[in-house]
Amino acid sequence: MSIHRKNVLGAVFLAILGLLPLFLNSYWVDVLNSIGIYAILGLSLNLIVGHSGLFNLGHAAFYAVGAYTAAILNTHFHIPVLWLLPLCALTAGLFALVIARPIIHLRGDYLCIVTIGIGEIVRIALINNIFGITGGANGIFGISRPSILGLTLRTPTHFFYLILVFTLLTIFLFHLLEYSRFGRALNFLREDAVAAEGSGINTAHYKLAAFVLGAAWAGMVGNIYAAKMTIISPESFTFWESVLMFAIVILGGSGSIFGVLLGAALIVGLPELFREFASARMLVFGAAMVAMMIFRTQGILPPRPRSYDLFETVEGERKA
Amino acid sequence: MEQFFQQLTNGLAVGSIYALIALGYTMVYGVLKLINFAHSDLFTLGAYLGLTLLTSMSLTDRLGPVWGVLILAVMVMGFVALAGALLDRVAYRPLRESPRLSAVVSALGASIFLQNTVMLIYGARLLVYPSNILPKTVLHLFGLDIPLVRILVLCVSLIMMTGLYLFIQKTRIGTAIRAAAIDQGAARLMGIDVNRVILLVFMLGPSLGGAAGLMVGLYYGQVNFTMGWGYGLKAFTAAILGGIGNIPGAMVGGILLGVIEAMGAAYLSFAWKDAIAFLVLILILIVRPTGLLGERVAEKV
Repeated sequence: MSIHRKNVLGAVFLAILGLLPLFLNSYWVDVLNSIGIYAILGLSLNLIVGHSGLFNLGHAAFYAVGAYTAAILNTHFHIPVLWLLPLCALTAGLFALVIARPIIHLRGDYLCIVTIGIGEIVRIALINNIFGITGGANGIFGISRPSILGLTLRTPTHFFYLILVFTLLTIFLFHLLEYSRFGRALNFLREDAVAAEGSGINTAHYKLAAFVLGAAWAGMVGNIYAAKMTIISPESFTFWESVLMFAIVILGGSGSIFGVLLGAALIVGLPELFREFASARMLVFGAAMVAMMIFRTQGILPPRPRSYDLFETVEGERKA
Repeated sequence: MEQFFQQLTNGLAVGSIYALIALGYTMVYGVLKLINFAHSDLFTLGAYLGLTLLTSMSLTDRLGPVWGVLILAVMVMGFVALAGALLDRVAYRPLRESPRLSAVVSALGASIFLQNTVMLIYGARLLVYPSNILPKTVLHLFGLDIPLVRILVLCVSLIMMTGLYLFIQKTRIGTAIRAAAIDQGAARLMGIDVNRVILLVFMLGPSLGGAAGLMVGLYYGQVNFTMGWGYGLKAFTAAILGGIGNIPGAMVGGILLGVIEAMGAAYLSFAWKDAIAFLVLILILIVRPTGLLGERVAEKV
C-alpha cells in the first residue's frame, strides 16, 4: 500500500471515529474513553516492554502516582487539573527514576517480580494514607472538572475528544521516537544487549531513559483519569491493572503501535460486547495469553521489520 | 519478651508454610529457569480441594482426626500434583525451545486462568473450613502459651521438607533432577529423560504447594480465591532470599521471611505487614541477587 493511500484511509478512519459520539449513547462513548485511556497506557508500557524488552508488571504504580499528584494538588491548591499534566509526568518520571535506577540491570524475570513488588508497595502505601495526603482506602474525591478555553468538560463526549487528541498526540510522538536514533538503540539492546553494548550503546542509560519516559507518560494518563472520574482510590491501581496493560501490549503485538491500539480495543472493548460472560472475562484472558505464547508469540499485529528504501532504489535502477 | 516469643513462634509457623511453597518455585526455577507464576494458584487449588474433600467425604468423622487429615493430605497432594503435571504439559512444554520470556508470559496467563477457574467454580466469596478438626489445645512451654496447631504446622512442614531434601540428595531420581538442573544437555547425554524429570518436578513442587494450601486452610480456617497471590509472592521472595534454585535455601529463606514479617508486623507497623516482604525482596535483589545460600553466580545478561 502506498503512503498516499494509507494517509487517506487513516483520515477516513479518524473522521468516522471523531463522529462516533454523535451516534452512540453516553455509555458506549464511555467505553470508547476507556479504550482510549488503556491505549495510551499500553503505548507508554510498549516503550518499556515492547521496545526495550523490560518486563514491567507494575506500571499501575506510575499511573497511580500521576493520578494522585493531580488529585492532591487540585483538591488542596485548586490548580486546574489539566495544567498539572507536566507536573504529573514529572512526579511519575522522577519516581520511576529513583526506583528503577538500582534494579534496571536485573534480568527479565527478576525485573518482572521486582516491579510487581513495587506496584504492591505503592498500593499498600496509598491504602495506608502515606504522608496523610492520599486519603487512605477511600481515596480522594471532589477533583474539579477540567476546562479548556472556558468550556468545562463534563460529558463523556467532551472527554472523548480530549482523550482522542491525547491519543493521537501519543501515537505521533511515539512513532517519531520509534524511528529515531533512540528507538533504534532500544530495539538493538532488546535483541542483543551484549552486541549493543559492544557497539557503544550505553544500555543501562537507554533502558533507564525508556523506563522513565514510559512511566512519565503513564503519569499523564493518570491525570486525565483523575480529571475524568473526579474521584480516585487505590482500587483503581491494583496488580490486575498492571496485568491488563501488560496483556494489551503482549497480545496486541509488542513493539507495534497499531498492535497495541488493537490490543486495547479488543481487551477493553470486547468484554463490553459480551457482558453476560463478564465473570469469565479474566479466564478467557489467561487462556488467551497461554495460547498466544504457544501459537503466535509476537502478538496479533507484530511490528513490521524495519525497511529502508535501499532495495527499491536498486530495483528502480535495474528497470531503468 | 512474651510478645517477642509469641511472634517468633507465629513467624516460624507461617514461615514454614512459605518455605513449603517456595520449594515449588525453586525446584522449577532450578530445572527450567522459569518463574512458575501459576504455582501460587496450585496452592489455592490445594486449599479449595481440601475443603471440598473434607466436607464431601467427611473423612475426619469416619477415620478420626489424625488418619482423616493424613488421608486428606495425600489426596490433595495427589490431585494438585496431577494439576501441576497438566499445567506443564499444556502451558510450558510447548515453549521449551522458545525465548524464556514467552514462558514467563505463559506462566502469567496460566496463573490468571487457574485463579479464575477456582473463582468460577467456588464463587468469589471466602469459604470457611470446618473449625472442629484440629485440636485447640494450647501448650504451656517455658512460661508461654503456644497453640498446638502452630507447632504441628511447623513440624509437618519440616518433615515434608526433610523428606524432599533426602529424596533429592539420596535417590537415583533425585540425582537425575540435580543433574538436569545443572546442565540439561549433558544430563540428556547421560541417558536422563529430561522431560520426565521436568514432569516430576512439576508434580513434586505443586504437591508440596497443595499441602501448604491445605495447611493454611486448616490453620487459618478460611480460604479465598485470591489467597495464592499474596502467599505466592512471599514464597517466591523466600526462594530468592535463600538463593533461587537451591532447596535448603528455600527452606531457610521461607522461615526467615516468616519471622521477619511477624516481627515487622508486631514492632514496626501491622498495616505495612505485606509491604515488608516486598521490601525484603527488592533489597535482596539489589544487594545480593544470589540470595543467602546461593552458590551460583547470577548470569551477566
